[in-house]
Amino acid sequence: MKEPTVRIQNLHKNHLKTRLIIFGVLALLLIVGSYFSEYLCPYDPYLQDLSNAKAPCSLAHPFGTDRFGRDMLSRVIVGSKTSIYSTLLLVAFITVFGTAVGVVCAWSGKRVDAVLMRISDMFLAFPGLVFALAVAAVLGGGVQNAIIALAAISWPKYARVARSQTLAQKETVYLRAARLSGCSTWKLIYRHILPNIFGPILVTAMLDIGTMMMELAGLSFLGLGAKPPVAEWGSMMSDTRNLLTTHPWVTLAPGFAIFVSVMVFNLLGDTVRDWLDPRNGR
Amino acid sequence: MEPLLKAEHLTKTFHSQGREAYTAVDDVSFSMFPGEKLAIIGESGSGKTTVVNMVTRLLDVTSGTITLDGEDITHYRGRQMKKIYRKMQMVFQTPSDSFDPRRTLGDGIAESLINHGAGKKEAMLQAEDLLGLCGLEKEFAKRYPHEVSGGQCQRAAIARAIAIGPKLLILDEATSALDVTVQKDILELLTKLKEERNMSYLFICHDIALVQNFCDRVLVMYHGKIVEEGVPDEVVRHPREAYTKNLIDCIL
Repeated sequence: MKEPTVRIQNLHKNHLKTRLIIFGVLALLLIVGSYFSEYLCPYDPYLQDLSNAKAPCSLAHPFGTDRFGRDMLSRVIVGSKTSIYSTLLLVAFITVFGTAVGVVCAWSGKRVDAVLMRISDMFLAFPGLVFALAVAAVLGGGVQNAIIALAAISWPKYARVARSQTLAQKETVYLRAARLSGCSTWKLIYRHILPNIFGPILVTAMLDIGTMMMELAGLSFLGLGAKPPVAEWGSMMSDTRNLLTTHPWVTLAPGFAIFVSVMVFNLLGDTVRDWLDPRNGR
Repeated sequence: MEPLLKAEHLTKTFHSQGREAYTAVDDVSFSMFPGEKLAIIGESGSGKTTVVNMVTRLLDVTSGTITLDGEDITHYRGRQMKKIYRKMQMVFQTPSDSFDPRRTLGDGIAESLINHGAGKKEAMLQAEDLLGLCGLEKEFAKRYPHEVSGGQCQRAAIARAIAIGPKLLILDEATSALDVTVQKDILELLTKLKEERNMSYLFICHDIALVQNFCDRVLVMYHGKIVEEGVPDEVVRHPREAYTKNLIDCIL
Protein backbone atom coordinates (compact mmCIF):
# COMPACT_ATOMS: atom_id res chain seq x y z
CA MET A 1 0.00 0.00 0.00
CA LYS A 2 2.85 2.33 0.80
CA GLU A 3 4.58 2.32 -2.55
CA PRO A 4 1.99 4.17 -4.61
CA THR A 5 1.84 7.05 -2.11
CA VAL A 6 5.57 7.45 -2.26
CA ARG A 7 5.41 7.38 -6.01
CA ILE A 8 2.74 10.06 -6.06
CA GLN A 9 4.80 12.22 -3.73
CA ASN A 10 7.84 11.81 -5.93
CA LEU A 11 5.77 12.60 -8.96
CA HIS A 12 4.53 15.76 -7.27
CA LYS A 13 8.07 16.72 -6.35
CA ASN A 14 9.40 16.09 -9.83
CA HIS A 15 6.45 17.96 -11.25
CA LEU A 16 7.25 20.93 -9.03
CA LYS A 17 10.86 20.89 -10.11
CA THR A 18 9.85 20.80 -13.76
CA ARG A 19 7.49 23.71 -13.22
CA LEU A 20 10.20 25.65 -11.44
CA ILE A 21 12.61 25.08 -14.30
CA ILE A 22 10.08 25.92 -17.01
CA PHE A 23 8.85 29.16 -15.46
CA GLY A 24 12.31 30.09 -14.28
CA VAL A 25 13.66 29.75 -17.80
CA LEU A 26 10.70 31.66 -19.28
CA ALA A 27 11.15 34.49 -16.79
CA LEU A 28 14.87 34.54 -17.47
CA LEU A 29 14.20 34.67 -21.21
CA LEU A 30 11.90 37.65 -20.70
CA ILE A 31 14.47 39.44 -18.57
CA VAL A 32 17.46 38.71 -20.80
CA GLY A 33 15.39 39.34 -23.94
CA SER A 34 14.26 42.71 -22.67
CA TYR A 35 17.83 43.65 -21.81
CA PHE A 36 18.95 43.03 -25.37
CA SER A 37 15.68 44.25 -26.84
CA GLU A 38 17.29 46.81 -29.15
CA TYR A 39 19.12 44.05 -30.96
CA LEU A 40 16.09 41.81 -31.20
CA CYS A 41 13.67 44.11 -33.00
CA PRO A 42 13.34 43.63 -36.71
CA TYR A 43 12.70 47.36 -37.36
CA ASP A 44 13.52 50.66 -35.71
CA PRO A 45 10.65 50.98 -33.20
CA TYR A 46 10.60 54.78 -33.52
CA LEU A 47 10.83 54.99 -37.31
CA GLN A 48 7.59 56.43 -38.74
CA ASP A 49 6.31 55.35 -42.13
CA LEU A 50 2.95 57.02 -42.71
CA SER A 51 2.45 55.30 -46.06
CA ASN A 52 2.29 52.00 -44.20
CA ALA A 53 0.19 53.17 -41.23
CA LYS A 54 -2.29 50.88 -39.49
CA ALA A 55 -1.24 47.92 -41.61
CA PRO A 56 -2.76 44.63 -40.41
CA CYS A 57 -0.74 41.63 -39.37
CA SER A 58 1.46 40.28 -42.13
CA LEU A 59 4.66 38.36 -42.53
CA ALA A 60 6.64 41.59 -42.72
CA HIS A 61 4.86 43.03 -39.65
CA PRO A 62 3.57 40.11 -37.49
CA PHE A 63 1.79 42.49 -35.06
CA GLY A 64 0.92 45.06 -37.74
CA THR A 65 1.84 48.74 -37.59
CA ASP A 66 0.41 51.62 -35.58
CA ARG A 67 -1.06 54.87 -36.90
CA PHE A 68 2.40 56.30 -37.55
CA GLY A 69 3.45 53.18 -39.42
CA ARG A 70 5.80 52.01 -36.68
CA ASP A 71 6.29 48.25 -36.47
CA MET A 72 4.27 46.98 -33.49
CA LEU A 73 6.43 43.91 -32.88
CA SER A 74 9.54 46.07 -32.54
CA ARG A 75 7.68 48.45 -30.27
CA VAL A 76 6.42 45.64 -28.06
CA ILE A 77 9.92 44.18 -27.82
CA VAL A 78 11.51 47.52 -26.98
CA GLY A 79 8.65 48.28 -24.59
CA SER A 80 9.61 45.22 -22.57
CA LYS A 81 12.73 47.02 -21.44
CA THR A 82 10.78 49.82 -19.81
CA SER A 83 8.03 47.55 -18.50
CA ILE A 84 10.04 44.62 -17.18
CA TYR A 85 13.07 46.52 -15.96
CA SER A 86 11.10 49.22 -14.21
CA THR A 87 9.03 46.52 -12.51
CA LEU A 88 12.04 44.49 -11.39
CA LEU A 89 13.75 47.62 -10.14
CA LEU A 90 10.62 48.63 -8.27
CA VAL A 91 10.10 45.21 -6.68
CA ALA A 92 13.77 44.90 -5.75
CA PHE A 93 13.70 48.31 -4.11
CA ILE A 94 10.52 47.80 -2.10
CA THR A 95 11.64 44.32 -1.05
CA VAL A 96 14.94 45.54 0.33
CA PHE A 97 13.53 48.69 1.86
CA GLY A 98 10.41 47.06 3.31
CA THR A 99 12.40 44.17 4.76
CA ALA A 100 14.90 46.54 6.33
CA VAL A 101 12.12 48.57 7.95
CA GLY A 102 10.35 45.43 9.15
CA VAL A 103 13.47 43.94 10.70
CA VAL A 104 14.34 47.23 12.40
CA CYS A 105 10.79 47.47 13.78
CA ALA A 106 10.78 43.96 15.15
CA TRP A 107 14.28 44.23 16.52
CA SER A 108 14.04 47.56 18.29
CA GLY A 109 10.45 47.14 19.44
CA LYS A 110 8.56 49.70 21.49
CA ARG A 111 8.77 53.28 20.22
CA VAL A 112 10.67 52.80 16.99
CA ASP A 113 8.30 49.98 16.10
CA ALA A 114 5.22 52.05 16.90
CA VAL A 115 6.42 55.07 14.92
CA LEU A 116 7.54 53.15 11.83
CA MET A 117 4.42 50.99 11.79
CA ARG A 118 2.13 54.02 12.01
CA ILE A 119 4.03 55.58 9.11
CA SER A 120 3.54 52.39 7.11
CA ASP A 121 -0.17 52.42 8.00
CA MET A 122 -0.34 55.94 6.63
CA PHE A 123 1.07 54.81 3.31
CA LEU A 124 -1.26 51.81 3.25
CA ALA A 125 -4.23 54.10 3.76
CA PHE A 126 -3.64 55.90 0.45
CA PRO A 127 -5.45 54.48 -2.55
CA GLY A 128 -2.65 53.66 -5.01
CA LEU A 129 -3.85 55.57 -8.03
CA VAL A 130 -4.80 58.67 -6.09
CA PHE A 131 -1.37 58.73 -4.54
CA ALA A 132 0.24 58.26 -7.94
CA LEU A 133 -1.84 61.15 -9.28
CA ALA A 134 -0.64 63.30 -6.42
CA VAL A 135 2.98 62.32 -7.06
CA ALA A 136 2.58 62.99 -10.76
CA ALA A 137 1.06 66.37 -9.95
CA VAL A 138 3.96 67.29 -7.71
CA LEU A 139 6.88 65.70 -9.55
CA GLY A 140 5.44 65.48 -13.04
CA GLY A 141 4.79 62.34 -15.07
CA GLY A 142 7.36 59.87 -16.30
CA VAL A 143 8.31 56.29 -15.56
CA GLN A 144 10.63 57.36 -12.76
CA ASN A 145 7.90 59.19 -10.87
CA ALA A 146 5.43 56.35 -11.43
CA ILE A 147 7.98 54.03 -9.81
CA ILE A 148 8.40 56.41 -6.88
CA ALA A 149 4.63 56.56 -6.41
CA LEU A 150 4.22 52.79 -6.52
CA ALA A 151 7.21 52.22 -4.25
CA ALA A 152 5.82 54.62 -1.68
CA ILE A 153 2.54 52.73 -1.39
CA SER A 154 3.82 49.17 -1.66
CA TRP A 155 6.76 48.89 0.75
CA PRO A 156 4.57 48.57 3.89
CA LYS A 157 3.46 45.09 2.82
CA TYR A 158 7.07 43.88 2.97
CA ALA A 159 7.68 45.68 6.22
CA ARG A 160 4.72 43.81 7.74
CA VAL A 161 5.84 40.41 6.48
CA ALA A 162 9.43 40.98 7.59
CA ARG A 163 8.32 42.33 10.94
CA SER A 164 6.09 39.40 11.84
CA GLN A 165 8.66 36.88 10.63
CA THR A 166 11.44 38.57 12.59
CA LEU A 167 9.31 38.69 15.72
CA ALA A 168 8.78 34.94 15.44
CA GLN A 169 12.49 34.33 14.87
CA LYS A 170 13.43 36.58 17.76
CA GLU A 171 11.83 34.21 20.24
CA THR A 172 13.55 31.08 18.99
CA VAL A 173 15.98 29.14 21.13
CA TYR A 174 18.65 29.06 18.45
CA LEU A 175 18.77 32.82 18.34
CA ARG A 176 19.42 32.90 22.07
CA ALA A 177 22.07 30.25 21.56
CA ALA A 178 23.65 32.34 18.80
CA ARG A 179 23.68 35.36 21.08
CA LEU A 180 25.40 33.29 23.74
CA SER A 181 28.03 32.25 21.25
CA GLY A 182 28.95 35.91 21.02
CA CYS A 183 27.14 37.12 17.88
CA SER A 184 26.67 40.86 17.67
CA THR A 185 23.21 42.21 16.83
CA TRP A 186 24.24 42.79 13.23
CA LYS A 187 25.58 39.26 12.93
CA LEU A 188 22.42 37.81 14.47
CA ILE A 189 20.37 39.64 11.88
CA TYR A 190 22.32 38.84 8.76
CA ARG A 191 23.47 35.34 9.62
CA HIS A 192 20.39 33.99 11.36
CA ILE A 193 17.32 36.14 10.94
CA LEU A 194 17.59 37.16 7.28
CA PRO A 195 18.23 33.64 5.92
CA ASN A 196 15.31 32.34 7.96
CA ILE A 197 12.80 34.99 6.90
CA PHE A 198 13.97 35.02 3.29
CA GLY A 199 11.41 32.45 2.05
CA PRO A 200 8.13 34.28 2.74
CA ILE A 201 9.65 37.57 1.56
CA LEU A 202 10.86 36.04 -1.68
CA VAL A 203 7.40 34.61 -2.31
CA THR A 204 5.75 37.96 -1.66
CA ALA A 205 8.20 39.61 -4.04
CA MET A 206 7.77 37.03 -6.80
CA LEU A 207 3.99 37.30 -6.66
CA ASP A 208 4.28 41.07 -6.62
CA ILE A 209 6.19 41.29 -9.88
CA GLY A 210 3.03 40.59 -11.86
CA THR A 211 0.93 42.99 -9.81
CA MET A 212 3.48 45.77 -10.06
CA MET A 213 3.82 45.26 -13.80
CA MET A 214 0.07 45.73 -14.16
CA GLU A 215 0.01 48.76 -11.89
CA LEU A 216 2.88 50.38 -13.73
CA ALA A 217 1.17 49.69 -17.05
CA GLY A 218 -2.03 51.06 -15.51
CA LEU A 219 -0.34 54.29 -14.49
CA SER A 220 1.19 54.63 -17.94
CA PHE A 221 -2.20 53.97 -19.47
CA LEU A 222 -3.55 56.91 -17.48
CA GLY A 223 -0.67 59.00 -18.78
CA LEU A 224 1.16 59.13 -15.45
CA GLY A 225 3.97 56.81 -16.44
CA ALA A 226 6.00 56.60 -19.59
CA LYS A 227 5.46 59.47 -22.00
CA PRO A 228 5.12 58.91 -25.74
CA PRO A 229 7.04 58.25 -27.89
CA VAL A 230 8.84 56.04 -25.33
CA ALA A 231 7.59 52.53 -25.96
CA GLU A 232 5.94 51.18 -22.82
CA TRP A 233 3.13 48.65 -22.91
CA GLY A 234 0.69 50.62 -20.80
CA SER A 235 1.15 53.88 -22.64
CA MET A 236 1.09 52.08 -25.99
CA MET A 237 -2.33 50.68 -25.16
CA SER A 238 -3.59 54.04 -24.01
CA ASP A 239 -2.16 55.73 -27.07
CA THR A 240 -4.04 53.51 -29.46
CA ARG A 241 -7.19 52.71 -27.56
CA ASN A 242 -9.49 54.55 -29.99
CA LEU A 243 -8.28 52.17 -32.69
CA LEU A 244 -9.48 49.13 -30.76
CA THR A 245 -12.61 48.63 -32.84
CA THR A 246 -11.12 49.41 -36.24
CA HIS A 247 -7.52 48.20 -35.92
CA PRO A 248 -7.51 45.93 -32.84
CA TRP A 249 -3.98 44.56 -33.27
CA VAL A 250 -2.45 47.91 -32.36
CA THR A 251 -3.97 47.76 -28.88
CA LEU A 252 -3.94 44.01 -28.43
CA ALA A 253 -0.23 43.52 -29.15
CA PRO A 254 1.01 45.35 -26.02
CA GLY A 255 -1.95 43.95 -24.08
CA PHE A 256 -0.89 40.47 -25.02
CA ALA A 257 2.68 41.24 -23.96
CA ILE A 258 1.46 42.40 -20.54
CA PHE A 259 -0.73 39.31 -20.24
CA VAL A 260 2.10 36.90 -21.06
CA SER A 261 4.73 38.47 -18.84
CA VAL A 262 2.41 38.93 -15.87
CA MET A 263 1.35 35.32 -16.20
CA VAL A 264 4.91 34.02 -16.41
CA PHE A 265 5.99 35.94 -13.32
CA ASN A 266 2.85 34.97 -11.39
CA LEU A 267 3.24 31.30 -12.21
CA LEU A 268 6.90 31.49 -11.25
CA GLY A 269 5.87 33.12 -7.97
CA ASP A 270 3.32 30.36 -7.31
CA THR A 271 5.88 27.69 -8.04
CA VAL A 272 8.49 29.27 -5.79
CA ARG A 273 5.89 29.45 -3.04
CA ASP A 274 5.08 25.74 -3.39
CA TRP A 275 8.75 24.94 -3.58
CA LEU A 276 9.57 26.76 -0.36
CA ASP A 277 6.56 25.30 1.43
CA PRO A 278 7.91 23.10 4.23
CA ARG A 279 5.06 20.63 3.68
CA ASN A 280 6.55 19.86 0.31
CA GLY A 281 8.90 17.63 2.27
CA ARG A 282 12.19 18.79 0.94
CA MET B 1 37.15 30.78 48.32
CA GLU B 2 35.84 33.45 45.98
CA PRO B 3 32.49 32.41 44.49
CA LEU B 4 32.38 31.94 40.70
CA LEU B 5 28.85 33.19 40.42
CA LYS B 6 27.04 35.29 42.94
CA ALA B 7 23.45 36.44 42.62
CA GLU B 8 22.21 38.92 45.20
CA HIS B 9 18.60 39.87 45.71
CA LEU B 10 17.64 39.09 42.13
CA THR B 11 14.14 40.20 41.33
CA LYS B 12 12.28 40.12 38.04
CA THR B 13 8.90 41.72 37.60
CA PHE B 14 7.04 41.47 34.32
CA HIS B 15 4.73 44.29 33.38
CA SER B 16 2.20 43.65 30.71
CA GLN B 17 -0.52 45.98 29.57
CA GLY B 18 -3.87 45.67 31.29
CA ARG B 19 -2.62 43.13 33.80
CA GLU B 20 -1.12 43.34 37.22
CA ALA B 21 2.65 43.26 37.43
CA TYR B 22 3.85 39.71 37.92
CA THR B 23 6.92 38.95 39.98
CA ALA B 24 8.49 35.83 38.53
CA VAL B 25 11.60 35.92 40.67
CA ASP B 26 11.47 37.48 44.11
CA ASP B 27 14.65 38.38 46.00
CA VAL B 28 16.72 35.36 45.08
CA SER B 29 20.30 35.18 46.38
CA PHE B 30 22.75 32.36 45.93
CA SER B 31 26.38 31.82 45.13
CA MET B 32 28.24 28.97 43.54
CA PHE B 33 31.89 28.07 43.79
CA PRO B 34 34.39 26.93 41.18
CA GLY B 35 33.98 23.26 40.34
CA GLU B 36 30.60 23.01 42.00
CA LYS B 37 27.53 21.29 40.59
CA LEU B 38 24.62 23.36 41.79
CA ALA B 39 21.05 22.43 40.99
CA ILE B 40 17.96 24.59 41.01
CA ILE B 41 14.77 22.57 41.14
CA GLY B 42 11.14 23.53 41.25
CA GLU B 43 7.93 23.07 39.32
CA SER B 44 7.15 24.82 36.02
CA GLY B 45 6.59 28.50 36.61
CA SER B 46 8.64 28.58 39.79
CA GLY B 47 11.10 31.01 38.19
CA LYS B 48 14.08 28.73 37.55
CA THR B 49 14.44 29.63 33.92
CA THR B 50 13.90 33.32 34.63
CA VAL B 51 16.82 33.19 37.09
CA VAL B 52 18.99 31.59 34.44
CA ASN B 53 17.93 34.06 31.77
CA MET B 54 18.90 36.90 34.09
CA VAL B 55 22.24 35.28 34.90
CA THR B 56 23.03 34.90 31.19
CA ARG B 57 21.71 38.44 30.68
CA LEU B 58 19.26 37.34 28.02
CA LEU B 59 16.78 39.07 30.29
CA ASP B 60 17.28 42.38 32.15
CA VAL B 61 17.04 42.27 35.91
CA THR B 62 14.48 44.41 37.71
CA SER B 63 16.74 44.69 40.75
CA GLY B 64 19.64 42.88 42.34
CA THR B 65 23.18 42.18 41.19
CA ILE B 66 24.96 39.35 39.40
CA THR B 67 28.67 38.85 39.90
CA LEU B 68 30.66 36.47 37.72
CA ASP B 69 34.25 35.76 38.62
CA GLY B 70 34.40 38.89 40.75
CA GLU B 71 32.97 41.12 38.01
CA ASP B 72 29.59 42.83 38.34
CA ILE B 73 27.84 41.93 35.08
CA THR B 74 24.34 43.10 36.02
CA HIS B 75 24.28 45.92 33.50
CA TYR B 76 26.70 44.65 30.88
CA ARG B 77 25.71 45.07 27.25
CA GLY B 78 26.91 44.17 23.75
CA ARG B 79 30.69 43.79 23.59
CA GLN B 80 31.04 43.37 27.33
CA MET B 81 28.64 40.43 27.22
CA LYS B 82 30.75 38.71 24.60
CA LYS B 83 33.60 38.71 27.10
CA ILE B 84 31.30 37.23 29.71
CA TYR B 85 30.07 34.48 27.40
CA ARG B 86 33.65 33.26 27.24
CA LYS B 87 33.26 32.30 30.87
CA MET B 88 29.63 31.27 30.87
CA GLN B 89 27.76 29.13 28.39
CA MET B 90 24.40 27.47 28.30
CA VAL B 91 22.74 24.32 26.99
CA PHE B 92 19.04 24.56 26.26
CA GLN B 93 16.13 22.27 26.87
CA THR B 94 15.13 21.55 23.27
CA PRO B 95 18.24 20.38 21.47
CA SER B 96 16.95 20.51 17.90
CA ASP B 97 15.65 24.06 18.35
CA SER B 98 18.93 25.32 19.70
CA PHE B 99 20.62 25.14 16.30
CA ASP B 100 19.77 27.34 13.34
CA PRO B 101 17.67 25.07 11.06
CA ARG B 102 19.47 26.43 8.01
CA ARG B 103 22.99 25.77 9.23
CA THR B 104 24.90 22.59 9.92
CA LEU B 105 25.84 21.55 13.44
CA GLY B 106 29.47 22.17 12.55
CA ASP B 107 28.64 25.71 11.48
CA GLY B 108 26.85 26.30 14.77
CA ILE B 109 29.81 25.14 16.82
CA ALA B 110 32.35 26.94 14.65
CA GLU B 111 30.38 30.18 14.89
CA SER B 112 31.16 30.45 18.55
CA LEU B 113 34.88 29.94 17.89
CA ILE B 114 34.89 32.39 14.98
CA ASN B 115 33.14 35.02 17.07
CA HIS B 116 35.94 34.69 19.56
CA GLY B 117 38.72 35.13 17.07
CA ALA B 118 39.34 31.77 15.40
CA GLY B 119 39.85 31.45 11.64
CA LYS B 120 37.17 29.74 9.57
CA LYS B 121 39.07 26.56 8.66
CA GLU B 122 40.63 26.24 12.05
CA ALA B 123 37.21 26.65 13.69
CA MET B 124 35.69 23.92 11.53
CA LEU B 125 38.47 21.48 12.43
CA GLN B 126 38.12 22.36 16.07
CA ALA B 127 34.35 21.85 15.83
CA GLU B 128 34.94 18.33 14.54
CA ASP B 129 37.30 17.62 17.43
CA LEU B 130 34.76 18.95 19.89
CA LEU B 131 32.09 16.69 18.42
CA GLY B 132 34.51 13.81 18.88
CA LEU B 133 35.06 14.82 22.48
CA CYS B 134 31.29 14.75 23.00
CA GLY B 135 31.00 11.29 21.49
CA LEU B 136 29.90 12.08 17.94
CA GLU B 137 31.67 11.24 14.70
CA LYS B 138 33.17 14.00 12.59
CA GLU B 139 30.52 13.51 9.92
CA PHE B 140 27.97 15.08 12.25
CA ALA B 141 29.55 18.46 11.57
CA LYS B 142 27.95 18.36 8.13
CA ARG B 143 24.49 17.35 9.33
CA TYR B 144 21.53 19.64 9.86
CA PRO B 145 19.71 19.75 13.21
CA HIS B 146 16.64 17.98 11.81
CA GLU B 147 18.79 15.12 10.56
CA VAL B 148 20.02 13.96 13.95
CA SER B 149 18.29 12.58 17.04
CA GLY B 150 17.59 14.62 20.16
CA GLY B 151 20.44 13.01 22.10
CA GLN B 152 22.93 13.57 19.28
CA CYS B 153 21.80 17.15 18.92
CA GLN B 154 22.20 17.72 22.64
CA ARG B 155 25.76 16.35 22.43
CA ALA B 156 26.43 18.85 19.65
CA ALA B 157 24.90 21.60 21.78
CA ILE B 158 27.24 20.67 24.62
CA ALA B 159 30.15 20.69 22.16
CA ARG B 160 29.16 24.22 21.15
CA ALA B 161 28.82 25.34 24.75
CA ILE B 162 32.27 24.09 25.79
CA ALA B 163 33.95 25.26 22.56
CA ILE B 164 35.37 28.45 24.00
CA GLY B 165 36.25 26.87 27.33
CA PRO B 166 33.74 28.38 29.75
CA LYS B 167 34.17 28.06 33.49
CA LEU B 168 30.46 27.87 34.10
CA LEU B 169 28.04 25.75 32.10
CA ILE B 170 24.36 26.37 32.62
CA LEU B 171 22.15 23.42 31.76
CA ASP B 172 18.57 24.58 31.48
CA GLU B 173 16.56 21.36 31.64
CA ALA B 174 19.21 19.99 29.31
CA THR B 175 18.16 16.40 29.82
CA SER B 176 14.41 16.83 30.30
CA ALA B 177 13.49 16.33 26.67
CA LEU B 178 15.53 13.15 26.33
CA ASP B 179 14.56 9.62 27.24
CA VAL B 180 16.18 8.01 30.26
CA THR B 181 18.94 6.03 28.55
CA VAL B 182 20.05 9.04 26.54
CA GLN B 183 19.75 11.11 29.72
CA LYS B 184 22.20 8.79 31.40
CA ASP B 185 24.66 9.06 28.48
CA ILE B 186 24.51 12.84 28.56
CA LEU B 187 25.11 12.90 32.32
CA GLU B 188 28.10 10.61 31.87
CA LEU B 189 29.44 12.93 29.19
CA LEU B 190 28.97 15.91 31.52
CA THR B 191 30.78 14.10 34.33
CA LYS B 192 33.66 13.26 31.98
CA LEU B 193 33.89 16.84 30.71
CA LYS B 194 33.84 18.21 34.22
CA GLU B 195 36.81 16.06 35.17
CA GLU B 196 38.74 17.09 32.07
CA ARG B 197 37.97 20.79 32.12
CA ASN B 198 37.07 21.55 35.71
CA MET B 199 33.86 23.40 34.87
CA SER B 200 31.05 24.31 37.22
CA TYR B 201 27.52 23.29 36.38
CA LEU B 202 24.38 25.21 37.15
CA PHE B 203 21.81 22.53 36.62
CA ILE B 204 18.20 23.55 36.15
CA CYS B 205 15.89 20.62 36.57
CA HIS B 206 12.59 19.39 37.92
CA ASP B 207 13.71 15.82 38.50
CA ILE B 208 14.88 15.53 42.08
CA ALA B 209 16.15 11.96 41.67
CA LEU B 210 18.47 13.08 38.89
CA VAL B 211 19.73 15.96 41.00
CA GLN B 212 20.39 13.63 43.89
CA ASN B 213 22.78 11.58 41.78
CA PHE B 214 24.45 14.37 39.90
CA CYS B 215 24.72 17.54 41.98
CA ASP B 216 26.61 18.73 45.03
CA ARG B 217 24.07 21.22 46.27
CA VAL B 218 20.47 22.01 45.50
CA LEU B 219 18.25 25.07 45.70
CA VAL B 220 14.51 24.50 45.78
CA MET B 221 12.45 27.27 44.18
CA TYR B 222 8.78 27.88 44.70
CA HIS B 223 6.75 30.86 43.48
CA GLY B 224 9.88 32.82 42.62
CA LYS B 225 11.63 32.33 45.94
CA ILE B 226 14.28 29.95 47.16
CA VAL B 227 12.55 27.95 49.86
CA GLU B 228 15.23 25.44 50.69
CA GLU B 229 18.91 24.89 50.14
CA GLY B 230 21.22 21.99 50.97
CA VAL B 231 22.97 18.80 49.96
CA PRO B 232 20.57 16.82 47.71
CA ASP B 233 20.60 13.70 49.89
CA GLU B 234 19.77 15.74 52.98
CA VAL B 235 17.05 17.65 51.24
CA VAL B 236 15.45 14.46 49.94
CA ARG B 237 15.70 12.65 53.24
CA HIS B 238 14.78 15.49 55.56
CA PRO B 239 12.96 18.19 53.67
CA ARG B 240 12.26 21.14 55.92
CA GLU B 241 9.69 22.93 53.83
CA ALA B 242 6.22 21.64 53.11
CA TYR B 243 6.63 22.39 49.44
CA THR B 244 9.83 20.35 49.16
CA LYS B 245 8.09 17.42 50.84
CA ASN B 246 5.32 17.74 48.34
CA LEU B 247 7.76 17.84 45.44
CA ILE B 248 9.54 14.72 46.67
CA ASP B 249 6.29 12.87 47.29
CA CYS B 250 5.18 13.62 43.78
CA ILE B 251 8.25 12.05 42.25
CA LEU B 252 9.13 9.14 44.49
